[in-house]
Amino acid sequence: MNFDDTPQEAEFRATARAWISANAPKQYEEELRKSSLGRTVLKNANILEVAKAWQKKKADAGWACLHWPKEYGGRGASPIERVIWQEEEGPFGQLSRMFIIGHGMCGPTMMAFAREEHKRKYLPPLASGEKIWCQLFSEPAGGSDVAGLRTRAEKDGDEWVVNGQKIWTSGAHYSDYGILLTRTDPTVPKHKGLTMFFLDMKSPGVEVRPIKQASGASDFNEVYFTNVRIPDHQRLGEVGGGWNVSLTTLMNERSAIGAAVSTGFPELFEYCSSLMLGDGPAIEDRAVRSKLANWAVKASGLKYTSMRAISALSRGERPGPENSIGKLVAGSMIQDVATYALDLQGAAGVVSGEDAELAGRFQAMLLRAPGTRVEGGTDEIMRNIIAERVLGLPGDIRVDKDVPFNKIPTKGRN
Amino acid sequence: MNFDFSDDQKQLRDQARKFLAEKCPPKAVRVVLDGKAPYDKELWKGLAEMGFLGVAIPEEFGGAGAGHLELCVIAEEMGRANAPVPFSSTVYLAAEALLIAGSDAQKKKWLPAIAAGEAIGTLALFEGKGNPSPKNVKITAANGVLNGVKKPVADGAIADFAVVAARTGSSGRENDISLFLVDLKAGGVEVKSLTNLDPTRGQAEISFRECKAEPLGAAGEGWSILTQMLDRAAVLCAFEQVGGADRALEMGRDYALDRIAFGRQIGSFQAVKHMLADMYVSATLARSNSYYSAWALSTNAAELPEAAAAARISATQAFQHCAKNNIQVHGGMGFTWEFDCHMYYRRANAMALGLGSLSYWEDQLIERMRKKNAA
Repeated sequence: MNFDDTPQEAEFRATARAWISANAPKQYEEELRKSSLGRTVLKNANILEVAKAWQKKKADAGWACLHWPKEYGGRGASPIERVIWQEEEGPFGQLSRMFIIGHGMCGPTMMAFAREEHKRKYLPPLASGEKIWCQLFSEPAGGSDVAGLRTRAEKDGDEWVVNGQKIWTSGAHYSDYGILLTRTDPTVPKHKGLTMFFLDMKSPGVEVRPIKQASGASDFNEVYFTNVRIPDHQRLGEVGGGWNVSLTTLMNERSAIGAAVSTGFPELFEYCSSLMLGDGPAIEDRAVRSKLANWAVKASGLKYTSMRAISALSRGERPGPENSIGKLVAGSMIQDVATYALDLQGAAGVVSGEDAELAGRFQAMLLRAPGTRVEGGTDEIMRNIIAERVLGLPGDIRVDKDVPFNKIPTKGRN
Repeated sequence: MNFDFSDDQKQLRDQARKFLAEKCPPKAVRVVLDGKAPYDKELWKGLAEMGFLGVAIPEEFGGAGAGHLELCVIAEEMGRANAPVPFSSTVYLAAEALLIAGSDAQKKKWLPAIAAGEAIGTLALFEGKGNPSPKNVKITAANGVLNGVKKPVADGAIADFAVVAARTGSSGRENDISLFLVDLKAGGVEVKSLTNLDPTRGQAEISFRECKAEPLGAAGEGWSILTQMLDRAAVLCAFEQVGGADRALEMGRDYALDRIAFGRQIGSFQAVKHMLADMYVSATLARSNSYYSAWALSTNAAELPEAAAAARISATQAFQHCAKNNIQVHGGMGFTWEFDCHMYYRRANAMALGLGSLSYWEDQLIERMRKKNAA
């Protein structure tokens, strides 16, 4: 049990710190520090451009996608070095947000299933942020039940022709490529008729429409496919083997999101430290302290759970579905934290935006929070994963398991 | 960084688990639960023989001199087995108090006896309702003589000696409090057993009348020593609580797999699955917080006070949560005396209070975080 850096780790940290200090876009540091869920904005710059420039700079110096192999644009660094980097990168890590899906999910899926020439061609620009990737799985008829998706891919010579609709695609509007899960055989049970591809998002027949979220912002999109042609060599895995490929992606999704969970606690603690209530500072109020303490131990518990996972990873063990707890706990916690921060503001809490307390930080968090409990697997799916894969409880009874996909009912009532 | 116990420590845990599975099955716990013995003497002797009582006591005082990480892994197993012995009072509180503040003579007198299973010690702090606070210490010590009543005192009825917090000044400040070491078998002590939530660990009321007591640590340093003692005990108790939480979760899981209702294993219903998943989440958060506090304890890091409070809160919540919902998973059978669920429910709720209740530790945690941030 040792929390201190080894001499090698200390040296890595010093090198990283020196490089970040000399190269990070410091003019945005303050704004990034004040960013939180639902509100990452730069007043006088396009955040996508700033993010891409920072990622490229990191890539040129060998600091992009630390855990990826060097030949694909990474550094081949250890899991612990990756954590050290994140600690040192601090608020500038906010600029990695639009790359999370590409780096955390699409990249690893490509590494596991793409042809070598594709890996060498597509992965380095993905690592360097020059190309952004998205993940096209969810559909109107297939959310938690991903395998219920209906987007069809039909073989036509050396190509596949895709028709259908995806939804909840993060960043599709600025993505260059995507990985796409399709149905290639509707006559077999649902998990067996799926096939995965990657495609150029600029292909003819791809149409991206932003979704206006409940929060008012648009982070997600609908993506329509009309006779989109994908060459067979862009298939990932076997025909009919798409479900297995997607499991690789989703496991990476949970650990990617789980690693960088945001709980809202540091923001709330900071707020309560300065906020004055009627009788004095909020942080001296017993009721406030009790709330803070309960969230403090969840936040620290998540942090140390992830450190335990990293220690296990360093010993060569595979991270388990245990990582699901990060997303499960943080998702509802940030919602509760935001609600409480507004409670402390009384009636004034209703005001959002620039005129609000802290320029509306907690109001924005509150409005964005419902999405965190749904995206990347709902709370309920996370609990199923923990119950089934960690505790060994029986799977749900699946009435459609052995039914050909095209015989599954599509309506709840007539 | 390596955030895990070493292979040797894990081996020690396996050894302790095997030993306790054999010597401390539920039916042995029930002997004490049913009031047939005040504690499990055979088990206590066995723990001494295994070297578990003195695992963190230095060799020069008759212990194994291994360390606190080793003590943490044993504590977890004690919690898992719900062991009906005065381990926490003697090892986490009395022995630690001697290690922190004892004179050489005091250490020589008591530590080897603790390690050998020949002396049971405890802390006499509370005087009725209320959490740890200098204001709540009313009993007085003057000229080496104690007068007053302490209750509840964990394991007070079977203890050979107690560390007693008493008032030696009246300035209204922390340095009014001093600690004393009292031989409970000497004169001036009257002990009365109290019924309590968890009969597998006794509670007592101890009255001191003109009772001779020797100082433990410097006069006026009592509260500062006590704060350190409580922090250290919070870490060690957290491991017991984590062990108990894990066991309660396992019991619930096993029952959910065995029990059939509506033609299915009840563990196949999401209402039950999700309840068990939430128990796993609490237990995992508690374990991780406890690991961090173990590191802080073993290295005497500046982070210890904050880490101990966080572990205390997290582990208390997890054990209460798992013990409570284990009964729920079991349904009506979980509410019978015959099933073991209530033993963990009792232990979880008693442990939640013993070192000061949650509201006390919540306040401590935030105060400590605030001070660190201000520094």
